[in-house]
Amino acid sequence: MLRFLGTIGAAFLGFLAATGRLAVFAGLALATAFTPPFYLRAILREMVNIGYFSLPVVGLTAIFTGMVLALQSYTGFSRFAAEGAVATVVVLSVTRELGPVITGLMVAGRVGAAMAAEIGTMRVTDQIDALTTLSTDPLRYLVLPRLIAGLITLPMLVLVADIIGVFGGYLVGVYRLGFNPEAYLNRTHQYLETTDVVSGLVKAAAFGFIIALMGCYHGYHSRGGAQGVGQATTYAVVSASIMILVFNYLITAAFFGR
Amino acid sequence: MGLAMTDVSVPKISVRGLRKSFGRKRVLDGLDIDCDRGESLVIIGGSGTGKSVLVKCILGLLYPEAGSIRIDGVETVGLPRAARERLLQKFGMLFQGSALFDSLRVWENVAFGLTQGRGMERHAAKEIALAKLAAVGLGPEVGELRPAELSGGMQKRVALARAIAAEPEIIFFDEPTTGLDPIMADVINDLIVKCVREVGTTAVSITHDMVSARKIADRIAMLHQGRIVWHGPTAEIDHSGNLFVDQFINGRAEGPIQMEIRAA
Repeated sequence: MLRFLGTIGAAFLGFLAATGRLAVFAGLALATAFTPPFYLRAILREMVNIGYFSLPVVGLTAIFTGMVLALQSYTGFSRFAAEGAVATVVVLSVTRELGPVITGLMVAGRVGAAMAAEIGTMRVTDQIDALTTLSTDPLRYLVLPRLIAGLITLPMLVLVADIIGVFGGYLVGVYRLGFNPEAYLNRTHQYLETTDVVSGLVKAAAFGFIIALMGCYHGYHSRGGAQGVGQATTYAVVSASIMILVFNYLITAAFFGR
Repeated sequence: MGLAMTDVSVPKISVRGLRKSFGRKRVLDGLDIDCDRGESLVIIGGSGTGKSVLVKCILGLLYPEAGSIRIDGVETVGLPRAARERLLQKFGMLFQGSALFDSLRVWENVAFGLTQGRGMERHAAKEIALAKLAAVGLGPEVGELRPAELSGGMQKRVALARAIAAEPEIIFFDEPTTGLDPIMADVINDLIVKCVREVGTTAVSITHDMVSARKIADRIAMLHQGRIVWHGPTAEIDHSGNLFVDQFINGRAEGPIQMEIRAA
């Protein structure tokens, strides 16, 4: 029994230590934002990497998510003659939940993994030490631009995903299920409130920060050559995905929990 | 501080009682060494004896558990971040694997310390970078290439150009000839001698390549089990009377140095 409790205690202490290390890493990186030099070009480059190059995968995911949602809602709601709510359900689900979460998970897989691999390779090939010897703070040069880019870009990406997702629902609603286009669009914005969109964008900003933080943290601390970099990539994607789901609940509770 | 920087009797680098462990393995165990200004010191020793760890401690990339590291007479262990960044401007470093930035062109690599570390304008930094590339025998066309397009020997030359670009007071060379063919290794050795002697820079090199050590060193020190077991002028290494040194420079399996088969 004592051994069992000891194992649980050790795991909990390990979790607290890891959380502490992550918080210190984020704090040190963010602290560099208040003093020059500022690497604006690096921020723009990362915004293009995260945002522009993720558009195809996010767009495809969003349109099919909207289409499936419309179809599933219709088949479910038709059992109690509530088919008219399909457009409202699609727009609320996409803007509040599916847009940010699906986008977050897709970007975690695409961008978080790439960040961990790139920074991890730099670590195991001494490029990060080289930065330090060239009087350049690696946290300022490598980590901060990615954190800022993630924070700014994900909301833009989610806004695009929201529009494409709702459009996917519209396509299925009008061309497959036979809704009147005007009535569908009226229903779409009739019950939509600013909070619905804003909560999704706040989630997106949080998810963008989390994805960049986990990618940078695991890459920065990778060890042991190719295997270590591979492991860092896996950790970055898995931990970012879990944290996205946890923070999704927390932010939802903060906005809508009564 | 100003007095220490102008006092030529003070060693450029002075290390005393340096200790550093990784887990239960003690890598540096009370190491003492000095390097005078303008001197080329080569530290030799087997693989895994802590040569790179020593250099990383001096650079501030690793934190020692105990001991003192003085640069120009000024203690550097425990320096605050801003002071450490200023100190780093005195250093240049050539890494064993070159450590060139893949995402940047060759000239941007060479100019990196000038543009990012010292805020120099890109055009001026590029001129210096191309001059340094010429100094290591590479033409301006190489400057536009990516590091992945270069051979190992060319990458070492670019790394050397990067190390000397900001004309540092101290340059560290980590295994500068490892992985190169003998001719290219000799080219690199010549370049190191030229760069160090012409500018009067203080150089600390770590290697287990004795040909390289004999060529670039004014003085050689042997590191074994975390301590300096012998040091002296390069000319005296063949008559050191030290069993560790004799075994190492003659490459014998038998002797007081027992190679570890497994990492501790």
